[in-house]
Amino acid sequence: MNETASNLPLDSLYQEVILDHHRDPRNRGELPDATIQKEGFNPLCGDRVQLALKLSADAQTIEQVRYQGEGCSICMASASMMAESIEGISTQEALSQIQNFRNFLQGDEAAAKPEGDLESLAGVRKFPVRIKCAILPWTTLKQAIEEGASS
Amino acid sequence: MTFSPHHLREQFPILQTQVYGKPLVYLDNAATSQKPRCVLSAMNTFYENQNANVHRGVHWLSQVASEAYESTRAQVAKYLGTPKTQEVIFTRGTTDAINLVASSWGLANLTQGDTVAVTRMDHHSNFVPWQQLCAKTGATFRIIELNEDFQLDEASLEAALALRPKLLALPWASNTLGTINPVLAIAKRAKAQGAFVLVDAAQALPHLFEAKDLLDTIDFLAFSSHKLFGPTGLGVLWGREALLNRMPPIQFGGDMVLRVEDHHTQWNELPWKFEAGTPAIAEVIGLGAALKFLESLDAHRIREYEENLTQRILQRFLQEPGVQLIGPGKHSVQGAARLGVFSFLVDGVHTHDISQFLDQQGIAVRAGHHCTQPLMSKLGIAGTTRASFAFYNTFEEAEVLFQSIQAARRYFQ
Repeated sequence: MNETASNLPLDSLYQEVILDHHRDPRNRGELPDATIQKEGFNPLCGDRVQLALKLSADAQTIEQVRYQGEGCSICMASASMMAESIEGISTQEALSQIQNFRNFLQGDEAAAKPEGDLESLAGVRKFPVRIKCAILPWTTLKQAIEEGASS
Repeated sequence: MTFSPHHLREQFPILQTQVYGKPLVYLDNAATSQKPRCVLSAMNTFYENQNANVHRGVHWLSQVASEAYESTRAQVAKYLGTPKTQEVIFTRGTTDAINLVASSWGLANLTQGDTVAVTRMDHHSNFVPWQQLCAKTGATFRIIELNEDFQLDEASLEAALALRPKLLALPWASNTLGTINPVLAIAKRAKAQGAFVLVDAAQALPHLFEAKDLLDTIDFLAFSSHKLFGPTGLGVLWGREALLNRMPPIQFGGDMVLRVEDHHTQWNELPWKFEAGTPAIAEVIGLGAALKFLESLDAHRIREYEENLTQRILQRFLQEPGVQLIGPGKHSVQGAARLGVFSFLVDGVHTHDISQFLDQQGIAVRAGHHCTQPLMSKLGIAGTTRASFAFYNTFEEAEVLFQSIQAARRYFQ
């Protein structure tokens, strides 16, 4: 009998919090008075996130976030959690959160553990092919903020 | 006596693997097949006892290696059903073989006003080379569409052939849908319109399809060793000798030359003209072992077994709650010409989540667009989950798949 692959329990990836965001997404929908819209797409797996941000008049604060899209449960839950966690914070704070989240998922020991529901995405680190699913909403947000700053 | 795959399975060491403590259920054969022990040991024996470069030395080892390499070429020719070994060119794979034709024959023969026809179900490897060649030469790139049962649409095919295309490139069988195309009949019609015909046989040959009759009609055929139970990194281009002789080489270097002068080079003869550099010698010898293995099987009984397995699984797919089959059989179950390659969607569960869940049950399937993005776009879907069966798979394995799909539905909903 051949070697057994190491056991990766499915529940460490699909934690209850993730499935909850997947079944009951937060902040999902349209934002008619959005100041920035950005679409993120991964052509390899078809995950798609359409992000709509409403920034404050001085463009320093994210006042409202809505997202739409289709993708796997990891991508959609990540978008839902992100939308919840960044509403009301400054764009600077959001950019540093994005960087930290990416570093954390990519296994950087120095990265701070994300707080709240986002902590549940830690399990994704053990499933390398799924990391890009979790990161897509965040790279889309980064592009949206950068476009907002340059416009 | 009906064929049973259990004895055969013992010859594929990897099929004994446990994944997460469960028996491996390998249903990703359309991506690559597993290798019988005889292939592995042939490659090992070569490296332990025969390793030398080919066509180079007068020393004994080099002669042994050269003979083993060239005798495999003869074996491939025999397997395909041609007496002409010079028509068999070793490449890196199907992709490389098709690119060779596009870069060599294509660039030399296509001009503005010509048409190249491909199909909606072609793999990127038989789609992008022609798309790019057309962009480069100004030729028209024409896609033959599918009907509602995922077969080539007769009207679309007829319209494409009426354009008198210079080339028709099509797959013998679809890696995504499982559709088997009536390539011989289509090729005859295309030839009558003056077209050259290239058949991508990568998915068909592993199901013991016979190419002989086809070679009398078509101009080029490509396949990969690794889908045919042989090693990776190797494929074959079969081409009509007269055509190959007129085609310029596209890679230059060792072995493909006869005589090199300061400002001029004379090419080697076929097939070596297209085999620049040291080839994948051990892999070629591995492919030889794979073909020998296939020839030792009772092809008739194996095809019968596979067809029976395919029809049983098709019936299950059509009855399975919450599962939508993307492939032939949905609208015309009777006589659906298909392989045991099943693309499907599960209601409310993303293909990646399904595949991840199945992985945890020890089931290897593929998720995504299967290198057929233009097909996915046309169908309006991002991707599918695909379970693809080989002759060493069993109906019990299909049962494990269906049970796990239903468990996944419960898990995610």
